[in-house]
Amino acid sequence: MRRYLADAGALARKDLLLELRARDTLPAMLLFVIAVLVVFHFALPTNASAHASLGLLWVAILFTALLGLGRSFVAEREQGVLDGLVLAPSDRSAIWVGKVVATLAFLVVAEIVALPAFALFFTSIDGSTIAGVALADVGICAVGTVLAAMAAAGRARELLLPLLFLPLAIPIVVGGVGSSLAASSGKYLAFLALYDAIFVLVAWAAFEYVVTE
Amino acid sequence: MIRARRLARRFGDKRALEPVDFELARGGFLVVTGPNGSGKTTLLRLCAGLLIPTSGELEVDAERGQVGYLAHEPLVYRELTAIENLDLYGRLYRVPERRERIGMLLERFGLWEARAERTGSYSRGMLQRLALCRALLHDPELLILDEPANALDEAGEELLERELDELRRERTLLVASHAPERLERFATQRLALA
Repeated sequence: MRRYLADAGALARKDLLLELRARDTLPAMLLFVIAVLVVFHFALPTNASAHASLGLLWVAILFTALLGLGRSFVAEREQGVLDGLVLAPSDRSAIWVGKVVATLAFLVVAEIVALPAFALFFTSIDGSTIAGVALADVGICAVGTVLAAMAAAGRARELLLPLLFLPLAIPIVVGGVGSSLAASSGKYLAFLALYDAIFVLVAWAAFEYVVTE
Repeated sequence: MIRARRLARRFGDKRALEPVDFELARGGFLVVTGPNGSGKTTLLRLCAGLLIPTSGELEVDAERGQVGYLAHEPLVYRELTAIENLDLYGRLYRVPERRERIGMLLERFGLWEARAERTGSYSRGMLQRLALCRALLHDPELLILDEPANALDEAGEELLERELDELRRERTLLVASHAPERLERFATQRLALA
């Protein structure tokens, strides 16, 4: 287990270092989420309800995550490095764990900027919304990373990732919007936690088959 | 160490490797030759475990961590330095005394001076040398080298020959080349793909 975590840690550290050097993903995610919130700010009527604006927050989070996920295997694909990683004797799911950790870090940074901006433009955010966002992030990154690996191997990868990811993200939106709006947000948070538990396991187990033929 | 019977591979309708038979014993040196598109890379990727055969049988008697694979691409991150790339692979392959081994290989392949430069600034020949370091890093039992002399200058080719001369004494080698003249003298077996 220690070795597994050490492998995943080394791979996550590598992804964070790549981003620190190339600055390809995080600035794009930050710009995108702020731009989307500004667009929504002008698109929504001034008397729009908090319900409508909180729904749009989840749309912004989902598409920002999609932007990050779309770039998560770019270095491996363009430089063919995935073959080198797959041949290593470490468990192949450690590659997935490393990518999930790195993508999660980028998404959390984007949200640290986006949530205060949302509060500034629209309405205040409560604890249950933040808890919902945190739980949703795990599910988004777990499912999205395995789908990004599948899409990276295909030809129409820019099309494939959203087509695969968005249907699977519908329960996240249901749980996320519910946790933001419902009087009893607990059951929606529990729903998001259940989604995370199931899809983390499925994605972790499936990754080996995705990166090998 | 490797036994292939009627081994073939298709990609959709396209036949990438016609059925091929060969046996490579431990300590052997098999040179695979053939024109472009004859299936050399496909055969090597099958033997490395990166592809699954569509028909035939393939037995490779080496664990995953005991295979050193040199591909067309150097399989390194261009935003990382040579040391950072090799350190990552060294961790994943659990190389003992990793730093000493990396330093020794970089020195041996003439990359020590450029060790702290990002590999994106390397020439194609330097990347090939680094790729050889990567393939040898974990001291593998089985070495699978796809066009190892690719992009190397005269000095690089001589270095490669010296390395292969050394490696063939203790390792099993499967080497593909479309111009194998310089490798011929090491070969214990030859396989020509049409």
